[in-house]
Amino acid sequence: MNFLYDPVGFLAEWLRGLLSTWGIPDVWITFMLFLVGAGLLATGAMVLVVFLIWGERKVIGRVQDRFGPNRVGPWGIFQTFADLLKIFTKEYITPTGVDIVSYNLAPILAVASVLMVWAVIPFSITFYGTDFNAAVLYIMAVGSIGEVGVVMAGWGSNNKYAMLAAFRAVAQLISYEVPMVLSLVLPVMFAGSMSLVGIVQSQPVWNIFLAPLGAIVFLISSIAEVGRAPFDLTESESELVAGFNIEYSGLKFGMFYVADFLHAFTISLLFATFFLGGWQGPGAAQFPFLGFVYYVLKTGCVYFLTVLMRAALPRFRIDQMMDLNWKFLTPLSLVLVMLSALVYKILPKNMVFLQVIVMVVLNVLVYVVADWLLNYYEKRNPRPAVVNELRPMARFPYAVAQSSSVSKKAREG
Amino acid sequence: MLNDWLYIGIFAGISIFLPAAAITIAGILGPRKPDLLKNSIYECGIETVGTTWVQFKAQYYVYTLVFLIFDVETILLYPWAVAYHQMLLFGVIEGVIFILILLGGLLYTWRKGALEWV
Repeated sequence: MNFLYDPVGFLAEWLRGLLSTWGIPDVWITFMLFLVGAGLLATGAMVLVVFLIWGERKVIGRVQDRFGPNRVGPWGIFQTFADLLKIFTKEYITPTGVDIVSYNLAPILAVASVLMVWAVIPFSITFYGTDFNAAVLYIMAVGSIGEVGVVMAGWGSNNKYAMLAAFRAVAQLISYEVPMVLSLVLPVMFAGSMSLVGIVQSQPVWNIFLAPLGAIVFLISSIAEVGRAPFDLTESESELVAGFNIEYSGLKFGMFYVADFLHAFTISLLFATFFLGGWQGPGAAQFPFLGFVYYVLKTGCVYFLTVLMRAALPRFRIDQMMDLNWKFLTPLSLVLVMLSALVYKILPKNMVFLQVIVMVVLNVLVYVVADWLLNYYEKRNPRPAVVNELRPMARFPYAVAQSSSVSKKAREG
Repeated sequence: MLNDWLYIGIFAGISIFLPAAAITIAGILGPRKPDLLKNSIYECGIETVGTTWVQFKAQYYVYTLVFLIFDVETILLYPWAVAYHQMLLFGVIEGVIFILILLGGLLYTWRKGALEWV
């Protein structure tokens, strides 16, 4: 195992050899290696958020026809470090009457729930935290701890608007868990295993070709899970005053912010794992470093897509979001799981090309039927159109002509 | 498998410790000047009216119930999905019937108005 081909595995083996020559028993060696590995991974994730925030600000700036941050360092790379320095030295204004445990534990839980997902993600064929055999359930369970953090933030803030906003946020988050978990049944089905390592290794043909509609449902519902635009009603920065984190200042608020960006990156990682084949690619099995590079590229593409969606789309209303989830995404994913399971069982096992074509046709058919159903329902209950009424316009009426005549008089007499 | 849980336990400890340590360090570095006006609860710039922990809509509870039903359904679907490759068509049709029963449940809650945002 060369250092160039597989840096992480090489370093792990070298450290293990070093510790065993020092005479430490095997159990302690495992424990120490786990400690070092987990510490490096968690710290790496937190440091990555810095560059994620910078990248997002640059891309959103370009979409809005301006540069992003470009003063602090070349291309503004150190902008987020400057912001972090500022936020580290801000005062924690703790309002009166807060529930101390809830109020202080909420940001910690929000970040912890996202970081814990990184323990089971396979970055390459040798670089993964642990090959947990129920990893999909673990990811769903741990992701829900963040929602508890939201409720604790709202409830513990002693502010009725924070509490109501937290309830609304949690209603959105738990609703969108359902199509997310349902659409994850598809990769588990195709792989025959719930461990992420098994799912990645079962994808010489990417799952996005076997279940494209499932991939789209997963992407939409996980973007709603994060609470990013266009589903960011919970922290709509221009409407409610920051929702459930009204009463937070300083780094506690910064932790919610970090959790938001890290969660968005984590769902890009999960999408690349489940549907885009993870680290699979030409030559990735022999050279693990190449697998890691492929994985980073795929995740970067998906994250870029989520940033573009944030920059381009306006926000949904809360009843539109709930209707989209319960009346469109949930039945769609249920029907998709049923039909995919039936059709995939009937297909012959070794003709991959035929499988891909039939599954893609099935997904397109399901989408066409769903779309037709939506149009049919819309025709039967149309929204009332506002016609023959002048829209109120932000224009100063009738004074333009008078002012020109006034100025004429002033000039003459 | 014990190694898996050990790693996850270590990772959980580290992922709780890291933000807690960062928040504590920032608490030490920042100023600490509590003031009566600064610590008052925010309500769009006016004094707060009434107690904080107000009543909330029952619709949130109904959403939670519907979510619970579908969450339990998906947890029961996962073993079916894991055993998919060892099943005959008969097993697949059993799973499909299970999902159909729950689709019927979704239709019932839809028509009863449990999914409206009032």
